[in-house]
Amino acid sequence: MALPRITSPHATGSNRTQQVMLQVLLATVPGILALTWLFGAGTLFNLVWACLCALGFEAALLAARQRPLAFFLKDYSALVTAVLLALALPPYSPWWLTLIACGFAIGFGKQLYGGLGQNPFNPAMVGYVVVLISFPVEMTSWPAPHGVAALDGLKHILGIASLPDGWAQATALDALKVNKSLTIDELHASNAAFGHFGGAGSEAVNLAFLAGGLYLLHKRLITWHAPLGMLAALFVMSLLFWNGSGSDSNGSPLFHLLTGATMLGAFFIVTDPVSGATSNLGRLVFGIGVGVLVYVIRAWGGYPDAVAFAVLLMNLAAPTIDYYTRPRSYGHRKPNSGFKLGE
Amino acid sequence: MTSYREISLNGLWKNNPALVQLLGLCPLLGVSNSTVNALGLALASAVVLVCSNTAVSLVRGVVNTAVRLPAFVMIIAALTTCIELLMQAFTYELYQILGIFIPLITTNCVILGRADGFAAKHDPARAAYDGLMMGLGFGLVLVLIGAVRELLGTGALLANMHLLFGPIAADWKLTLVQDYRGFLLAILPPGAFIVLGLLIAGKNRIDQIAAERAKAVAPEAPAQSRRVRVTGVIE
Repeated sequence: MALPRITSPHATGSNRTQQVMLQVLLATVPGILALTWLFGAGTLFNLVWACLCALGFEAALLAARQRPLAFFLKDYSALVTAVLLALALPPYSPWWLTLIACGFAIGFGKQLYGGLGQNPFNPAMVGYVVVLISFPVEMTSWPAPHGVAALDGLKHILGIASLPDGWAQATALDALKVNKSLTIDELHASNAAFGHFGGAGSEAVNLAFLAGGLYLLHKRLITWHAPLGMLAALFVMSLLFWNGSGSDSNGSPLFHLLTGATMLGAFFIVTDPVSGATSNLGRLVFGIGVGVLVYVIRAWGGYPDAVAFAVLLMNLAAPTIDYYTRPRSYGHRKPNSGFKLGE
Repeated sequence: MTSYREISLNGLWKNNPALVQLLGLCPLLGVSNSTVNALGLALASAVVLVCSNTAVSLVRGVVNTAVRLPAFVMIIAALTTCIELLMQAFTYELYQILGIFIPLITTNCVILGRADGFAAKHDPARAAYDGLMMGLGFGLVLVLIGAVRELLGTGALLANMHLLFGPIAADWKLTLVQDYRGFLLAILPPGAFIVLGLLIAGKNRIDQIAAERAKAVAPEAPAQSRRVRVTGVIE
């Protein structure tokens, strides 16, 4: 086997951030297609509107902070935030909901801390959580697959005309949380929100995001540590606390892996290089923490899905994780961590 | 001797307890979810502040330095108990809403800070005036945060003012935005932190602009000591 001999310099592109962000945008395409195919064109409206909002807020705040506009807008990080936010929001969210979410994501989540690279929290998740706790009704209105026509959906988003009552249904995680009497098999048979093994529609969406995530892994834009940590922790937790499929069940491991925002979170949110942990071991710990918290909140918490809350909580813990997982640098002993008495 | 003008300026702006000293944050963040709650606690705190400053100034020559803090806390606790009983008698519903935050006035750092930092070193008239100005400065910020959060959260202002002012205030409620959906975040605890942060940022920005203007008017400053005071003035 002949190894290619490449001499330095090894720089591959002029604006590396831009290249990475473009690849991330490309990797969301399978998810976008799956969402659009299943839930209609609402996702596409959301995407365009969220991108416009995010770029607008980013430009306005950069101008207010007297930073060069073109340089920072061209790194596409605001676009990635907007796309992730648009994919996380329900497909027929009213326009003002997306506007508020983008404003908080870009303004409070990113620019107030000093822009890209300075934000302690994942901006998209900050925006998502703000609208989630402020507007619970709109944020839990997911349509049934193939349930909404494009034009009616657009009118609903713009607030011109509402969709008929009953267009939205509880998601599978929500139905499982409030379920008191039905066994899992009965839920799958009777409730339209349940699909073959996950949520109806959301199982396909999760598989599409998994495909996009594998593309990112193949391109070596993310490492396997954080996604694997999260998925493995979620799997182990749901296996440990899987009390069969009776009416008090918390759902099977497969159900948890392929429902809600699991795959979007594992490959696109937890892998955020800015707000996550730095070293490979740190990323693994970070991912495990997110996975455990997702299950804890899904099974025993107050909200049906938990990826956003889990990621924000672990963002808070990231500096501590970094402190305890510093890798040994070559030629030096392992750094001493923690407090020592008597010093 | 500190002039009255300086005391006013300190309390209301330059050394504002809520925006500069960042004291008393617990009630500031805890009860500022509506104007009436904020106003109720602001009035109670201001009354305690004026009375405690006066009382501490009166006994300042008598109390041994070593035991001054326990003595001051005793005075403040006694005054807080009076306020609590008064609120129980005249504004019982508001008393129930504010709950634990009324007894907690005792531990409000603004009050103990002014007692030890100012009242223990000045005559009763100045001490009382300082208490009034600090109480006003704290109260204004508290009411401002309460009003902003109430407006953003519910789209209305001055709801439930009858809890404080009796039946004549029953229809003071101003609905500024009709059919407002409600922005829950503003009412919930994160809203308090965000609004306070924005107010502090706004105050710092105004100070910055004022300093730039002053510099532009008088570019030649007389040579002075190069030591820079970074912690603010405690007077």
